Amino acid sequence: MRPPSTDVDDTRTMTLEAFADTIVPGEKRSPDDRAIAGATTGGGAVQAGALELLGWDATGLTEGLDGFATALTGHATAYALEHGLDLDPAVPPFVSLAFEHRTALVRRLTTPGHPEKELWVSLALFCNMAFDSAAHMSTADAIAQGHPGLLAMGIEKPDADGRWRFPNFSYGRPLARLHPDTTPTGSPS
Amino acid sequence: MTSTERTDVLVVGSGFGGAIAAYHLAAGGARVVILERGPWLTGQDFDHDFKLGSSYTRAFDFTVGDGMSILGGNCVGGGSVVYFAAMPRAPRFVFERHGGIGRRMWPASVSRDTLDPWYDRVAESIPITQQNWDDVTYAGGLWAAACDHAGRTANPVPAAIDRSKCVNCNWMMAGCHFDAKQSLLLNYLPAAVAHGAEIRPLHEVQQISRTDDGGYRVHYDVMDDEDYRLRGESGTIDAKIVVIAAGAGATPVILQRSEATLGAMPHAVGRYFSGNGERLNTAIINEDKVREVLGLERENGLAYAANQIGKGPVVASWDRLDGSLPEFERFSLEQLYFPPGLGTILAEVPGATGPSWFGVDKKEILKRWQSWLIIFQMIEDNNEGVFGPPPAKGNADRLSQQMLGVGRLKYDPTPQTLRAWALADAEVKDILERDGLAEVAAWTNDVVGAYTVHPLSSCRIGDDPATSALDDRNELRGHPGIFVTDGSAVPGALTVNPAMTISALAERAIPGIVAAARERGVDVTYGAPAPDGSTSGRRGVAPLIPSLSRR
Ligand SMILES: Cc1cc2nc3c(=O)[nH]c(=O)nc-3n(C[C@H](O)[C@H](O)[C@H](O)COP(=O)(O)OP(=O)(O)OC[C@H]3O[C@@H](n4cnc5c(N)ncnc54)[C@H](O)[C@@H]3O)c2cc1C
Repeated sequence: MRPPSTDVDDTRTMTLEAFADTIVPGEKRSPDDRAIAGATTGGGAVQAGALELLGWDATGLTEGLDGFATALTGHATAYALEHGLDLDPAVPPFVSLAFEHRTALVRRLTTPGHPEKELWVSLALFCNMAFDSAAHMSTADAIAQGHPGLLAMGIEKPDADGRWRFPNFSYGRPLARLHPDTTPTGSPS
Repeated sequence: MTSTERTDVLVVGSGFGGAIAAYHLAAGGARVVILERGPWLTGQDFDHDFKLGSSYTRAFDFTVGDGMSILGGNCVGGGSVVYFAAMPRAPRFVFERHGGIGRRMWPASVSRDTLDPWYDRVAESIPITQQNWDDVTYAGGLWAAACDHAGRTANPVPAAIDRSKCVNCNWMMAGCHFDAKQSLLLNYLPAAVAHGAEIRPLHEVQQISRTDDGGYRVHYDVMDDEDYRLRGESGTIDAKIVVIAAGAGATPVILQRSEATLGAMPHAVGRYFSGNGERLNTAIINEDKVREVLGLERENGLAYAANQIGKGPVVASWDRLDGSLPEFERFSLEQLYFPPGLGTILAEVPGATGPSWFGVDKKEILKRWQSWLIIFQMIEDNNEGVFGPPPAKGNADRLSQQMLGVGRLKYDPTPQTLRAWALADAEVKDILERDGLAEVAAWTNDVVGAYTVHPLSSCRIGDDPATSALDDRNELRGHPGIFVTDGSAVPGALTVNPAMTISALAERAIPGIVAAARERGVDVTYGAPAPDGSTSGRRGVAPLIPSLSRR
């Protein structure tokens, strides 16, 4: 097991990783991985580069990451108290929560009416984007490098010039009757 | 003292409303300047790339509001650069709608019959193709076959796409690299420039004030071309006529901010906003059933698994566009593609209890992304949106370098709108869950509110000054010489894609703008042909001009 973390950055990283992993869960990177809960197989948001994306100031969230991590620590501590859960002091409080509790807490923070909802939604949005679009790197490179999100979704490889073209795209036959009131311009009447 | 520039006509925004006004006024002889907030990108610039900072994020704008978020264009050409080019006309009953105001919301002078000649003018200017079944993508074909199986009809949608150039890459939202999509960059805008109109990209208009000679002064900031959070110098331009066409999410904000300098705005500025009743459903397709039940098969033995392939909407079901049905029960259902990034986050897991837009099950459906079919509903909403006090600059507080901002729109759907969405949800389920073809779930409204790419009505035309900001010729009530020609002028939801109707109304507004400009001493005439020189549309509207040129 890892020694207790005293490093602020490490605390922040682990907390944010655990949040990203709650949005798009992945497989543990090693048996003693604590940030990733290991709720699914295959890479999740963390492996997909969520922390890299959040660390890029183009997102507008970078400067607020300390605040996010601190707030998540506070919410996790309160949540644990409320549910009578013991927190493991070896890891940050949010990381210490079991996956279903992490999920319940993120649901609460992103529910309409929660005063901090907008902030947590924007964090979640970029975590999801790291997985479904690898927004921190060029898409063609991401695919070439085996990006776990784009691969899991089955995004096709582009042509050699980095562009997609699909010469086969149509079943090529009529598949329904047209609406009887269609005008000659092809519009509804 | 810095000297202020002068022009005859200043156009704010270069989307459909702005480009059409700029073209006609420049072709008629006026000096025209267009101020556009976004960059000026063309075919070569349009990347196939989701990386932040590629054309995908430079060219569009996502503004999160309270209960409603708006996705729109942010570049020269506006929404036409990022749109899916579906260009149907609105059905006849739409113009008779009452909505929440208890009387016909459209001006008496506008109906499908009086608008058809203007639709024709647009169709002559923006080449629109009636797609046939060979153009219909796998996704559209699947939707058509499912509609047919459920006893419904389905139509290929008219679209502004040059079929000979389209490679079905499905990157339309990042701008079309192949110039297959007939955006305004290929028709009205180059024609406007050829007639001397000046386009200034990266100029964000903040407010308008009056000049001593009865004209207007437009105040702008120059934006950084990469990081839109950064602003450069500010400036002003004086004009005799101002045409505001910044889109329905931005036009009312400019006017609200101008209240301090122009005086009171009509009550309807920033009210009655409609998201065109949009809502999205994701169907997770059962590939085996598609083969067994619908008999569909494509190359390599696949049945569907083609979510990435194609273009925007190609097939719509118009069975519920039936004027004999009561208001709020009419809607269309259109197959659509939304790319990753903004196209997956709001999708929910079919059958889930409780929020499921993130987590383990959501990841499982992401893995089946190739088998997604997205269905777009356009219902009759109730114009519920209201804009709160404007932010310091622009129309949103920009969060990320590009794309993401927080706006002031509040949208709280009424029971009629919620019921209409529920009816449309049920219809989609009935069609697509039949015989196990798919499992369907609507996108959540709990994360960023409802989601619209079709903002409308925030500054609408009408006969009643209490519920319309513009008269029926698009002039801002109480502020002669200011016209609004974009989607904000459209009085309500259209049940179909709006660009064709926005454009037809803009074409219809031109004779009145020309007349107002002439009254203000601008030497300008009405009557330019279509951008490519064709003239049949001009003949079609000739009988309508006298009534539109008179006040
Ligand atoms: C992804 C997507 C797909 C779509 N698909 C379709 C479709 O298939 N069919 C259809 O009919 N419609 C579609 N639409 C909607 C369509 O694009 C819009 O309805 C249409 O563009 C609106 O035209 P407009 O003139 O009102 O404004 P816009 O086209 O939005 O133009 C407004 C312009 O003003 C600029 N602007 C904003 N604020 C300022 C300011 N302060 N100063 C200067 N400039 C400013 C903006 O950058 C923008 O370029 C789609 C939209 C999106 C986003």
